[in-house]
Amino acid sequence: MHTVAFPNKILPYLLLAPQIVLTIVFFFWPASQALYQSMVRQDPFGLKSSFVGLANFRNVLTDPSYIHALQVTVVFSLLTALVSMGVALLLATAADKVVRGQGFYRTLLIWPYAVAPAVAGMLWLFMFNPAMGTLAYLLRRNGVSWDPLLNGDQAMALVVVAAAWKQISYNFLFFVAGLQAIPKSLIEAASIDGARGNRRFWTIVFPLLAPTTFFLLVVNTVYAFFDTFGIIHSVTGGGPAKATETLVYKVYNDGFVNLNLGSSAAQSVILMIIVIALTAFQFRFVEKRVHYG
Amino acid sequence: MANIVLKDVRKNYGATEVIKGISLDIADGEMLVLVGPSGCGKSTLLRMIAGLEGITAGTISIGDRIVNDLEPSERDIAMVFQNYALYPHMTVRQNLAYGLKNRKTPTEEIDRRITGAAKALEIEPFLDRKPRQLSGGQRQRVAMGRAIVREPAAFLFDEPLSNLDAKLRVQMRVEIKRLQRSLATTSVYVTHDQMEAMTLADRLVVLNAGRIEQVGTPIELYEKPATTFVATFIGSPSMNLLPMETSKDWSVSDNLVVPAGTATLGVRPEDLSLPEPGTVTNGLQVSVTVLAVELVGAESYVHGSLPDRQPIAFRVPGRSHIGIDDVMTVHADWEKLHFFGDTGQRLG
Repeated sequence: MHTVAFPNKILPYLLLAPQIVLTIVFFFWPASQALYQSMVRQDPFGLKSSFVGLANFRNVLTDPSYIHALQVTVVFSLLTALVSMGVALLLATAADKVVRGQGFYRTLLIWPYAVAPAVAGMLWLFMFNPAMGTLAYLLRRNGVSWDPLLNGDQAMALVVVAAAWKQISYNFLFFVAGLQAIPKSLIEAASIDGARGNRRFWTIVFPLLAPTTFFLLVVNTVYAFFDTFGIIHSVTGGGPAKATETLVYKVYNDGFVNLNLGSSAAQSVILMIIVIALTAFQFRFVEKRVHYG
Repeated sequence: MANIVLKDVRKNYGATEVIKGISLDIADGEMLVLVGPSGCGKSTLLRMIAGLEGITAGTISIGDRIVNDLEPSERDIAMVFQNYALYPHMTVRQNLAYGLKNRKTPTEEIDRRITGAAKALEIEPFLDRKPRQLSGGQRQRVAMGRAIVREPAAFLFDEPLSNLDAKLRVQMRVEIKRLQRSLATTSVYVTHDQMEAMTLADRLVVLNAGRIEQVGTPIELYEKPATTFVATFIGSPSMNLLPMETSKDWSVSDNLVVPAGTATLGVRPEDLSLPEPGTVTNGLQVSVTVLAVELVGAESYVHGSLPDRQPIAFRVPGRSHIGIDDVMTVHADWEKLHFFGDTGQRLG
């Protein structure tokens, strides 16, 4: 490593200051507020609040609807990560084989990433809206009784597809880079060693993509946990009957719709702990099986 | 066990022809070395034999089969790559077994072959390690092992030693030669290093710009280079080429007949020497101004120039007392001289 010696003692701090200020204002301060709020109970009119210790946490963790939201989140995150990574890998291997117009295909495949979550949600909502959606019409004509407004599983499928679709571009980009980083001679050695098609992919290419896959697994889980609020909000609003209410959505719903700020804050603290634990777990156990070149 | 026959093989990339019609007959069990400068097409030719590059025209057959349209895996060849191309996520044992497993070889047979190859290559202690835990030389051995366990009809080597340090390279060179002899498997070996080519080859092919310059045993190529290209490529330092226009700066003895049409006269640095006092030169005599002296151990190479600045090098045994700017006369016997025509072809 190369160390740079600054002649001025204050300059390095000045250069770091904007980032530090942003982190404090938009991360540490809200987080500390959430911690404080989670141990406080407010009266219905917001006139006074009293310290209640861990009572909010006790209430949340014994609430069956919270456990339900946790289950929904697990299903939603797993499906979203699986679908978005699976499809992205499929597209990346296909784009890797294209000889002509590779840049064109890649550009098109990366575009959806630039779409805002709420807009992405609206796109899918319009396409699959039972009343006016084109694709919903096609589905019903082909004998599928499509009604995500009433059927919880179908609503879940819709938000998963919408959330995964947005993330496919991002995953695609990394998988393409990962595929390009595999030395060509390894693929040639494998073809001389008699491995072709699927066998070559699963025994050589996929294991060599493991670092990329692992990284994307972490990123996609965090994405599904946190960044999908806009999509769920615009597509299903957590319904029907809370079938698509994830933990993040419940934080919003309880805090800003039902105005139970104490419970909402406690939930967000728990959510933070879950994500920290999840990421630590992934690094501790999954990464062991990853081989870095 | 198989011979390899190339018949007028050609390769085009778009409009550029990189292999311009090569015919070769590689005997069963022979070690054929393809040598040439960068970009001469030697690696491309090897990859065409392996099936990693398509063939634009001509035929390649291994054994009695024409393999033009066969997949690399169906050609019954094994290849050793320059960067070894070991599978980084597999142990050495898995690396060796991979090709056999793909061919559904029975497990006992795989174990037997791996044990045999590991013993021959002295890689037994590393069988359960991953490639990244091995040194360059050890990786090289594993790459060789992966080729050997397959027991293929032919080995293809693509500059396998160029990533090793000089000492290890010499050691592995000897080992490859020994292994190839004992297995008696037809081998094609690509290198740009003429020393490696000379020491390994049963026969040597010098390629230049997609064409064969000369095919022959190393000693044939050294003693009777067919062209000025081969003359300068084989041997180090390379052969001195004296254009006939510079003949005013040197002289040949009266009894020597320079063949008609000679454009260039060639003489190897090791064939030029300082005349013993009182001897009569029977061949070439040149006056040289010394520019530099390189001591390489048992001998020294003197680099100098003729009066018209034409460079020339010659060898002197041991440490010399020759100084920069000394002017001296060196000579070569007439049977050591090479004569080339105006297109660079050998005369006589």
